[in-house]
Amino acid sequence: MNENTTVASTESLTKVYGGRVAVDKVSMTVRRGEVYGFLGPNGAGKTTTLRMMLGLIRPTSGSAHVAAARVGALIEGPGFYPYLSGRANLRTLARHRGFDDTEVERVLERVDLVERGDDRFKGYSLGMKQRLGVAAALMGDPELIVLDEPTNGLDPAGMADMRALVVDLARGGQTVLLSSHLLAEVQEICHRVGVINGGRLLRESTVAELRGGVTLRVRATPEPEALAVAMRLAGDDGVRRDADGALALALPADAAPDVARALVEAGVDVHEITAAERSLEEVFFEMTKHEDHHGPKEKVS
Amino acid sequence: MSTTIKATADPLAATARSTRAELLRLRTWPAVWITLGAWLALSIMFGYLFTYLSYTTGDSNFADEGSTKAQQLAEMLPTGMPDVFLQGMPMFGGALMMVLGALVAGNGYGWGTWKTTFSLGVRRAPAVLGSIAALTTFVVATLVASLAVDLGISLLITVTEGEDVVMPSLGSVIESFGAGFLVLEMWALLGYLLGTVARGPALSVGLGLVWALVVENLLRGVGALLGWVEALTEVLPGTAAGSLVGSLVGVDGDGNGTPGVLDAVGGDRAAITVAVYVLVAIVASVLLVQRRDVS
Repeated sequence: MNENTTVASTESLTKVYGGRVAVDKVSMTVRRGEVYGFLGPNGAGKTTTLRMMLGLIRPTSGSAHVAAARVGALIEGPGFYPYLSGRANLRTLARHRGFDDTEVERVLERVDLVERGDDRFKGYSLGMKQRLGVAAALMGDPELIVLDEPTNGLDPAGMADMRALVVDLARGGQTVLLSSHLLAEVQEICHRVGVINGGRLLRESTVAELRGGVTLRVRATPEPEALAVAMRLAGDDGVRRDADGALALALPADAAPDVARALVEAGVDVHEITAAERSLEEVFFEMTKHEDHHGPKEKVS
Repeated sequence: MSTTIKATADPLAATARSTRAELLRLRTWPAVWITLGAWLALSIMFGYLFTYLSYTTGDSNFADEGSTKAQQLAEMLPTGMPDVFLQGMPMFGGALMMVLGALVAGNGYGWGTWKTTFSLGVRRAPAVLGSIAALTTFVVATLVASLAVDLGISLLITVTEGEDVVMPSLGSVIESFGAGFLVLEMWALLGYLLGTVARGPALSVGLGLVWALVVENLLRGVGALLGWVEALTEVLPGTAAGSLVGSLVGVDGDGNGTPGVLDAVGGDRAAITVAVYVLVAIVASVLLVQRRDVS
């Protein structure tokens, strides 16, 4: 498997609805074999971007390319015939695409719907509908699977199952492009993320890069002396003062004993030293706060 | 300004696949059977039941005003079958087929099934053509069922009335079947186009029925006074379909004939007009779906 080949990409992808810019020059790259998290709040432009990628809607400008022979997708909720059973719905899609009925059974099993497969779609719970949508996306073993908010409307157990399924798909070599407004979800299962807000792609990188690695959190008094020691060890730019007065040092976790020793030798009282990782949530809020300083977005007509 | 998804597809094979898919979902849809059942019930009722009741009880009713008993019996025998088979089509047959077409095309937008289908890489033109092919299959099946039922009833009447069995000529049956197919197919496909335009069945069915049942009749009334309106009505679908049927079953001179059956234009011209509507509806539906945003 080629690790770093591009399976889907967009270039300056833009969609304007009436004077409102829904997607603003988004350029993103999804690589083969990864779980790509497309992260942003509701209304950020995630679904619109994915729709353009799949050719459901036309871009106002820019382009999208998908280099996969087979693509599976679940976009903005599952759309099925209410009067047909789950199984018959999938069989209809299988006929459209020239797949065998055995493929229907395989994907029904994959999402644990075999037993309820003959029930009508309209009687399904929200979670079952969502799972049937994922089953449709899995048909034909696609190289690229696009899942738009797949855990929407699921209960906690259903969410956990869905995440496990995504992880499992990636382990099997399939590329998954997953949109989500849940940071914990993306942090847990994605390799790379694209952060989108207000139609703009703010950042695209690995989860680890985005979080900026481990920092050492130090609470010590008196503060000025502690700060001097910290800056000597971590460098002038390697120290950040958190809101609660603690210091965040850009040092690896195994530097903790050295930091403690240096602080004690300088006569500083050490209250706490912990290895802390920034959550994606903190990064995200920092990033979107920064974005807001750009002021109101200019209208495109 | 492009979205490219690599696809390897032979369009003909893709259309055949989508036809199978649409047939699978349509044949299990109660709405389809209700619509087709309504056609059969209405055509039996107006084609045979009322005529038979009038014939046996001696009362004359609105469906057969002024016709003599001998005429009534002749209509109900197998030789009259090709006409009875056709006469309900311009009016309620067409209306019901338009409802069916609008349902087949329009509901997929509200349910999100077109979105699901297209997002999985199914090409749009073959999908629409397959959907139209499946709809056409139902139109043909309806005609076959209708023909069989009509023939069965007329044979039953022949036997119960002690008449000799004289079958209609094959030519007249084929002619009626062909004309019936053109008329029902045109309305079904116009319904399909309306359902596609409106992205739903409700508005398209409503407007389509008002057009077919009311507006064209009113325009024909105005046409009697204004020459250019009359010229316009001659190319409208209802007039063309009614004239096509009228050219085969004949139109009563006193204007009390079957509603919708006309002699406004000649049979050949009417058939061509109807065929043009069929083609236009197919091409317009495919082009519209190909170009639009589906979300």
